[in-house]
Amino acid sequence: MTITEKILAAHTGKEQVQPGEFIEARVDLALGNDITAPLAIAALRERGITRVFDPERVVLVPDHYAPNKDLLSAEQCKLVREFATEYEIKHYFEVGRMGVEHALIPEQGLVLPGNLVIGADSHTCTYGAMGAFSTGVGSTDLAAAMISGKLWFRVPESVKFICYGKLRPWVGGKDIILYIIGQIGVDGAHYQAMEFCGEAISDLSMDSRFSICNMAIEAGAKSGIIEPDDKTVEYVKARARKPYKLYHSDPDAQYAKVYEFDLRNLEPQVACPNLPENVKPAAQLADVQIDQAVIGSCTNGRMEDLRTAAKILAGHKVHPRVRLIIIPATQEIYRQAIREGLIEIFLDAQAAVSTPTCGPCLGGHMGLLAEGERAIATTNRNFRGRMGHLKSEVYLSNPAVAAATAILGRIASPEEIIDTPWVDGY
Amino acid sequence: MIIKGKTHKYGDNVNTDEIIPAQYLNTIDPNVLGRHCMAGIDGAFAGKVKPGDILVAGWNFGCGSSREHAPVSIKGTGVAAVIAASFARIFYRNSINIGLPILECPQAAAIVTGDVLEIDLSGGLIRNITQNTTYQAGAFPPFLQQVC
Repeated sequence: MTITEKILAAHTGKEQVQPGEFIEARVDLALGNDITAPLAIAALRERGITRVFDPERVVLVPDHYAPNKDLLSAEQCKLVREFATEYEIKHYFEVGRMGVEHALIPEQGLVLPGNLVIGADSHTCTYGAMGAFSTGVGSTDLAAAMISGKLWFRVPESVKFICYGKLRPWVGGKDIILYIIGQIGVDGAHYQAMEFCGEAISDLSMDSRFSICNMAIEAGAKSGIIEPDDKTVEYVKARARKPYKLYHSDPDAQYAKVYEFDLRNLEPQVACPNLPENVKPAAQLADVQIDQAVIGSCTNGRMEDLRTAAKILAGHKVHPRVRLIIIPATQEIYRQAIREGLIEIFLDAQAAVSTPTCGPCLGGHMGLLAEGERAIATTNRNFRGRMGHLKSEVYLSNPAVAAATAILGRIASPEEIIDTPWVDGY
Repeated sequence: MIIKGKTHKYGDNVNTDEIIPAQYLNTIDPNVLGRHCMAGIDGAFAGKVKPGDILVAGWNFGCGSSREHAPVSIKGTGVAAVIAASFARIFYRNSINIGLPILECPQAAAIVTGDVLEIDLSGGLIRNITQNTTYQAGAFPPFLQQVC
C-alpha cells in the first residue's frame, strides 16, 4: 500500500484499502474558517445538534476576512466566535492569536504525522507535508465530521512524482510545484493523491514542503503527501502533545502513474494569468510590469519565505510605482521576523507589513487590485479576478522572485538583485 | 425525475472564484449568492437565468476553492441541474451534499447555449431536443445514490 492508503486503512479499521473503494473513516481533526464555518454551523443548528463529536478535534480559525473587513464579515466572525464559545471548541483562534490556518495548525502541533484531517478549505491538503492525509471539503462535509467524527471518502489512486537533483539557489518548493502543475495541468492529478519524493524533496525544509503539498489542489488532486523523515520528526517533536505514527509507502505499492523529473537546472518559475498551469521561467517574463507584489499566504508566508524575501530586499527600495505587501502567516512568525530584524528590512525597503490574514490572496481585503492592475504574488491561485477587479492579473512565484520583482517593478530573477554564483550540478 | 430546461454553456476549468467571487462570501444567503452567480465569468448570467434552466460546462467545472457558496449560488438562481464534461472533486461532493443535481458527461461539449434539454436524472439520459440527439451521463455510484 501507499502511505495514503495506509493512513486511510488505519482510520477505517481495515487491514487494507484499494483505490476506488468507498470508506467511512475516522477524522482526527476537522477545520473551518470564517467563510466556510458559518454554513457548517447553520447545518448543525438547523438539526438541533448541541455538541460536536470532540471539542478538542474541531479547529476554527477566522483568517480569511479577519480582522473583520466589513460589517457582513464582522457578523460572520461573530457567528463563528459565539459558536466556539457555546460548543466549547478548544481550538478557536481569535485575532491577535490566529494566523493563516494552514501555517498556524502545524505550528501549533495540532496536526501530526499519520493523522487524517479534513478542512472546509481547499488548501487543507498542505498537511501532507507532515506525512498526514489531509484534504479540503465543503461546509456540509465539515458539519458531518463535526457531528460524527467520521466522513466518507473514495480511496484515491496515488501518483508518484520523483524529483531528482540538487536545486539551484533561489529555487524552492514553490518552483517545484509550479513546474509540476505546468507539466501535468490543472486537472492533471484529478481526484488523485500526489506523492512527492526523491532527493530534491528530501533536501527541502519543512516550510518548502508545505508549499508543495499546499498546491496539490491546483492540479485537481485530493491530497498531496511527502513521507515523513528526520526533518519531519524534528519539526514535530517540539510541538506534538499526542502520540503520532510515521507511515511509509511499501516498495511494491501501486501507483496509477510515476513521473520522474530532473530538477538540477530548474529556474525560478512563474505561473501566468489566469491558471496555475501557465508556467514559464521567471527569466522569460522580464518585460511584464507589475503594480503590486504580495508575499504571504498559506503557500509562502512562513519563516523561510520571509528570510528569503529579506535577503533580496536588504539595502533596496521597492520600485516607486509598486506597492509591496508582506503578510507573516502567523503571530509566531511575525514575532520571529521582528526578532531577526526582517521587519526592519521590510520597512526600510518601504514595504507594508500586515497582521496575519488571507486578505488579498482571495481578493478579500488588504490590497485588492484595480482594473488593469497586475500583481506578482507568492499565493496559490491566479484565476481571473482572484485578487480584485475582473480585469486585473496575478502572476504566481516564490518569495525571492516576488521581492526582486517589487524592487525592479517588472518580473525579475533574484540573480538580478544578488549576483549568485552557480555552476551546473551545484 | 425529469428536468426540462434551456441551457447556458461555459468552457473548461470554470473555477469557484468565477462562479461566486470572494467579495460575495460575506453571506450564506442562497438568494443573495444567487444574484451574483457566475459574476466572475459572465456578469449578465444572474440577470438572464430563469428557474429551471440548465448550466452546461466543459472539463474540471468548479475547480479551486472549497467554497460551498458556489453550488449554493447556482441553486439560488433556480438552476435545475449542472452538466459538465468533468467536475472538480470538492465541487462534486458539495453539490451532492446540498442537493444540486449534477451530471458528468464528456459529450456535453456538443451542447450550445439556448439548446433545450430533457434530463432523466435516475438513468442519467440527456435528450437534446434542439439538436435531436441524446447523451448518456455517468450514473452516480450506488454509494452516492444512497447519500442523495
